[in-house]
Amino acid sequence: MESLAIYVPRLVTTKEYFAPGHRACMGCGEALAVRLVCKALGRNVIIANATGCMEIVSSPLPSTSWEVPWIHTLFENTAAVASGIEAGIKVLSRKGKYTRKTKVIAMGGDGGTADIGFQALSGALERGHDFVYICFDNEAYMNTGIQRSSATPFGASTTTSPAGKVSIGQTTWKKNLPAIAAAHNIPYIATACHSYPFDLMNKIRKAVDVKGPSYIHILSVCPTGWRLPSDLTVRAGRLAVETGIFPLYEVENDRYTLNLDFPKLRPVENYFKLQGRFRHLSKETISQIQERVAVEYAKLKQKATRNNY
Amino acid sequence: MTIKRIGMEGSFAIAEAIKLARVEAVAAYPITPQTHIVERLAEFVANGELDAEYISVESEHSAMSACLGTSAVGARTFTATASQGLELMHEVLYVASGLRLPIVMTVANRALSAPLSIWTDHSDAMAIRDCGWIQMFAENAQQAFDLMLCAFRIAEDHSVLLPTMVHIDGFYVSHTIESVELLEQEVVDKFLPGYRYPYPLNPDKPVTIGAFGPPFIYTETKKAHESALRGSKKVILQTWREFSKLSGRHYAPVESYKTEDADVLLLCMGSFSETAMMAIDKMQAEGQKVGLIRLRLWRPFPREELRQVVGNAQTLIVFDRALSLGGPPPVCSEIQSALYSLKTRPKIVSFVGSLGGREVSAQGFEDLIRNGVDKAKRGELDEFEMVGVRE
Repeated sequence: MESLAIYVPRLVTTKEYFAPGHRACMGCGEALAVRLVCKALGRNVIIANATGCMEIVSSPLPSTSWEVPWIHTLFENTAAVASGIEAGIKVLSRKGKYTRKTKVIAMGGDGGTADIGFQALSGALERGHDFVYICFDNEAYMNTGIQRSSATPFGASTTTSPAGKVSIGQTTWKKNLPAIAAAHNIPYIATACHSYPFDLMNKIRKAVDVKGPSYIHILSVCPTGWRLPSDLTVRAGRLAVETGIFPLYEVENDRYTLNLDFPKLRPVENYFKLQGRFRHLSKETISQIQERVAVEYAKLKQKATRNNY
Repeated sequence: MTIKRIGMEGSFAIAEAIKLARVEAVAAYPITPQTHIVERLAEFVANGELDAEYISVESEHSAMSACLGTSAVGARTFTATASQGLELMHEVLYVASGLRLPIVMTVANRALSAPLSIWTDHSDAMAIRDCGWIQMFAENAQQAFDLMLCAFRIAEDHSVLLPTMVHIDGFYVSHTIESVELLEQEVVDKFLPGYRYPYPLNPDKPVTIGAFGPPFIYTETKKAHESALRGSKKVILQTWREFSKLSGRHYAPVESYKTEDADVLLLCMGSFSETAMMAIDKMQAEGQKVGLIRLRLWRPFPREELRQVVGNAQTLIVFDRALSLGGPPPVCSEIQSALYSLKTRPKIVSFVGSLGGREVSAQGFEDLIRNGVDKAKRGELDEFEMVGVRE
């Protein structure tokens, strides 16, 4: 497959499958990511969408932002609905009642993926359905008002993990969903961010071409929930990657690739200081996080290096 | 037309019906006493006798959710569950009916925890009463087979498009070997042609399914749902009429047994009606004017048919197999409300019994009817009585 990164400005379609006019907040990273995902997917898809920001901003009856077939049912069951769609297409194709080659896509936020939809996701990955699960991770329950999820990073202040006189905010480390997906031995896993659009679109296309389940985890900057000026969405995404907090990598049949490796990571503080949710953090806490980021990054790099020999 | 009459478990009779219906997708999770149905279907698929996708999901919540997916792309879809499984599906049931996806499901009725009980009663059915599905009760294996076949035709009718549930009593119907008349494949194919969902998910013609309903439109969507459910009765009656032509077996929303000139009526749902019939036979032979009513159709609720069958009876004894803890028993309160506005109506006596598989014998029904008549005479109509309970 050709790399989109080389020809990308000319190759990316001007067609929008996620139509403008939706009701996302200004500077919404998730809306940007969905738009890029849809461009990469094209029209031969069926999307199952979990309850959450994306469903709410895109589908108030009787209007819709979706120019591809799209279904929303509940919060925790998106992977199961996608399983059904995939199985349905399989049997109907076999019987000649369905003719178009179609990829099934499941989309959910971090809450719908890491918490309430975790079991359905694991089930669908284990069963080996031919589908792509995309998690748009904005690191909290933004739709209901910035409550913590298991994907909220250590030290972040949310409405249910507020920083206070005796609390630093979130006291647990972010659940590592790509690693959990990889533990299911599925053929393709990748992390991506809207701030690296061509890398993101490449990964979506790769996932579509894979036979079997694939999992894409997209960091989606949320100016509203992260207490960030809405014009800094793209910069915040870049800093998440450049600090090593959210490394961009792929796991293809157990082979790890670090897509963007930096000789020297930027200090995490550069990323934190843009955002109100980390404003309260002490120097000690920041260095504790810095240490952890370095360890995790080294582990990942080791996996990626091992593959090269 | 050749008719095969075979001795088989209720569960296997249901599986035969699903095979004859040429179901295209099954998503199921095992729970007693539903297991024999889905095991048999898995065998059919494994042996190539049924060309369907069988999805072994990781929970009942995912079972019904996968059914949403298979049904929304246009595959004829079946699942089965019971008890806790039905409760785990609870929120998904509302979505299935709200999205108008004609999924068909068997529920092998079973008590709800706690304490854990794998044995039958109607607590699970009553807990999901308001989920917007068409619901009917079969009392034996033959009825289960027949009503399953009818369920697809009713659910998929384009004027209906509603999911349909057939309740059977766990073990009493699911695990009992009975004599069942099956139908030939050609006969079923004629009765139940291939399924075409009018608005499937397909890139050829993109649709948005499951948009959210702001206050200005939510009420109207629910009104449409309610109208469709009430309107489905016409199709149910038509389907049952046509089914009787090819099978010789007749079904009605409210079925009566020896109710002519009966002063006292007993009302039951599910397999216990057959035990109650033995009590009715004996009491009638003794010259007592007693009869039996069975609710076959539960949703849409058959008010008119109920009124007709109740007629001029003096006493109506309602036997519930579930509690509405802290409130009136669920079936009885609906019967009372259906008859309330009549100028003359029977005295209604309410009993609850046979919870969690507790047996009620023919003698038990006889005692219950006598007790009910006495209570009606004494005017003890306000409180229900639990039958056979040790206090």
